[in-house]
Amino acid sequence: MTKYTDHKGRPIIAITGLGVVTSLGQGVEDNWNALISGTSGIREVKRFSTDGLNTRIAGTVDFMKPEEISAPGISFAMADSTAEEALAMAGFGHDGFPGPLYFAAPPVELEWQHRFELLENSNSGEVGYERLMSSAREHKQENMHKLIQLGTIAFRLAEKYNTRGLPISLSTACASGATAIQQGIEALRRGDSEAALCVASDGSVTAEGLIRFSLLSALTTQNEKPEKASKPFSKDRDGFVMSEGSAALVLETLEHAENRGAKVLGVIRGVGEKADSFHRTRSSPDGAPVITAISSAIEDAGVTTDDIGYINAHGTSTPENDRMEYNSLHAVFGDKIHQTPISSNKSMIGHTLTAGGAVEAVFSFQTMLTSTIPPTINYDNPDPDIPLDVVPNVKRDGEVKNILSNSFGFGGQNACLVFGREAA
Amino acid sequence: MTANNHEVWITGVGIVSCFGEGAEHHWKVLGADKAPKPIIDNEIVKPYSVHPLPEMDWSLQIPRRGDQRQMENWQRLGTYTAGLALEDAGMKEIEELVSSMDLVVAAGGGERDVETDNAIMRDAIAANDREKLLLERLPSDLRPTLFLAQLSNLLAGNISIVHKVTGSSRTYMGEETAGITSIENAVSRIKSGQSTHLLVGGSYNADRPDALLPHELGHHLYRGGDAGIHGRQADGGGLRMGSAGAFLVLEEAEHARKRGAKVYAKLTGVASDLGSRDAEKTFTRLDGIVERLGLSDNAPDAVISGATGVRDVTKLEFDYLNEKFGSDIATRAFNTQIGTPLEANLPAGVAFAALAIKNSGFYPQFEKEEKASPSSVNRILVTSLGHVCGEGMAVVETV
Repeated sequence: MTKYTDHKGRPIIAITGLGVVTSLGQGVEDNWNALISGTSGIREVKRFSTDGLNTRIAGTVDFMKPEEISAPGISFAMADSTAEEALAMAGFGHDGFPGPLYFAAPPVELEWQHRFELLENSNSGEVGYERLMSSAREHKQENMHKLIQLGTIAFRLAEKYNTRGLPISLSTACASGATAIQQGIEALRRGDSEAALCVASDGSVTAEGLIRFSLLSALTTQNEKPEKASKPFSKDRDGFVMSEGSAALVLETLEHAENRGAKVLGVIRGVGEKADSFHRTRSSPDGAPVITAISSAIEDAGVTTDDIGYINAHGTSTPENDRMEYNSLHAVFGDKIHQTPISSNKSMIGHTLTAGGAVEAVFSFQTMLTSTIPPTINYDNPDPDIPLDVVPNVKRDGEVKNILSNSFGFGGQNACLVFGREAA
Repeated sequence: MTANNHEVWITGVGIVSCFGEGAEHHWKVLGADKAPKPIIDNEIVKPYSVHPLPEMDWSLQIPRRGDQRQMENWQRLGTYTAGLALEDAGMKEIEELVSSMDLVVAAGGGERDVETDNAIMRDAIAANDREKLLLERLPSDLRPTLFLAQLSNLLAGNISIVHKVTGSSRTYMGEETAGITSIENAVSRIKSGQSTHLLVGGSYNADRPDALLPHELGHHLYRGGDAGIHGRQADGGGLRMGSAGAFLVLEEAEHARKRGAKVYAKLTGVASDLGSRDAEKTFTRLDGIVERLGLSDNAPDAVISGATGVRDVTKLEFDYLNEKFGSDIATRAFNTQIGTPLEANLPAGVAFAALAIKNSGFYPQFEKEEKASPSSVNRILVTSLGHVCGEGMAVVETV
């Protein structure tokens, strides 16, 4: 261990730039002020009609000015905003970033508005995909084509911010944001580069998106009071709220950051991952993969459970996730988990899906920087089976040195990160 | 800092294409004295042609019917091919190996329910309020589990479930660049000691209008007949998509030695870049890639090219290879034979290179424009230039 290496002799990874957009607003400052005052960004969906749908609320981001109102359009606008903010904070302009881009990419595909537009443009072939194909054949759709290529957002960000090499677009479903950061950590530890830009974005609240998650019984149906619907760890929680958001983090080796005189906002100490082979949407009943992901993150960080001062929970507000997360944490931390503050940002911003892990990482660094723990709001009816200190309803002041942040996704994806305030 | 000095060996290959399944089967078919006639279907997505999925008995690699039902064909194909690769590597169902095995999947955006979409479009044409129609129809017409066939990372999820590969699991996206970055990342992790054994690859199902539509929006699909990659350059070029899966088991050399694994070849390096497709800039980037792969003073004996047939970039690639390695270099554009499997393009190219090295041979000319094979082939350059953007190359050589 030297000044610039960790307990395993690997380069210490510093964070020098943060950027975030959620339904609470644009930028770290606005988001943070709203978050610590317990404000909810969840509201009735206005972007499209939700008549007759079981879930009619979401944490949409309606204040950006995307090139087009569609998942790729909104996702790009948010990603562009957070990348810009993080790079500016880190002191990098547009002229070049000395590392690769890892982008947690939202699911993009042709949407119904596009299909209808294509149908309108042609009279040949049977109505359906045959006509869509004819329409495309007759009229080249450069924009639509570009929009729905899965690599487009990352390519555009890479070009605009001049990151190095071929960017990586990735998905591990709802763990994607954490995975993007994990890819950056691994690249720096390998010595592939001295810096990495990790961005995650998801603007996929569409009618079909809501319906798909509804069909899997994943969403809350408590539409009457949207701001009250996301209630992680509460007894009457009944599903998550689908939301939009983006976050960006600039990762650098501590040595690189100090050499160029950058302000270090915090460090990443460790990461743990374990895939689950139990089921497509459910975790192993014994929690073993999640337990492994949590404990290997803590081990990788070179700390113990005693050193973790706060946990930024995955805390989706689904009956199963919150119970599973508690049981797994209890298995790793033992009874002291009941005294460890843990809160879910999702109580206010909902589940930003692909972006979640990265958004929550930004808020974790803010927690350490400001010595303020954001609350879990809507905690009026505690679940007695989850006896956690969820920092109920009101923020809490207090110094935090190390944070565990959990992310779990469909497809058996589990990624956990440990962040620290100081390098040593 | 980690020492980036571990060797990466290819110890398992799984391939499925229009020609059928299995690594050795592909060598028999494609590595014979004369190239086979490509298998092309002109009916599935008229008026386009595709290299179709062969007849499959999914249960050979996906024994549980319940698992098969939860997937669409791109996932079945990928999960199946991953099983072939694990079997080939002698790792299948060996708990201690698969539970610590890392997984990197190159994937696209999944499949839609074409019948449901068609029915909704038919009704929508006559509807005054299409938004209302969607809200009425989608909740009842969409199968609840269809979403799981549409999430990009659910191919990886299915591989974890069926084959118990659970060390780690990442899914990379971005058309051909997904295949490039996934193998590049896999190689970096093994070289640096971050991984000892890893399953990497992808699958693509071309037999669907919803899969082809995105490419036709950009007018990238080939509209001619059966021409190969070279042959179609004269009449506009373009993609002929191919259903295929390609998975590789990559292993740190010592790890492979210790368990007495059979070895195909060494995967010496992978390099990539992104930038404008202006000829000069592209040549400069390709030079950089070739330099990083150490090929400037150490030319490859032959090239397995992932050229897609899309006109400008295909010409750029062949011009570059001829200029850099001489016009006699034997280049085999394998998309002529199996079509373009998009995300699985570089994985398939590396698989074909590994097969040639293992069998101490090379492939016959796939088209008359391609040069004769050299007498011995010990080092193969594999290329994949994305049909829209992104470039990657890999070097596969004799251990």
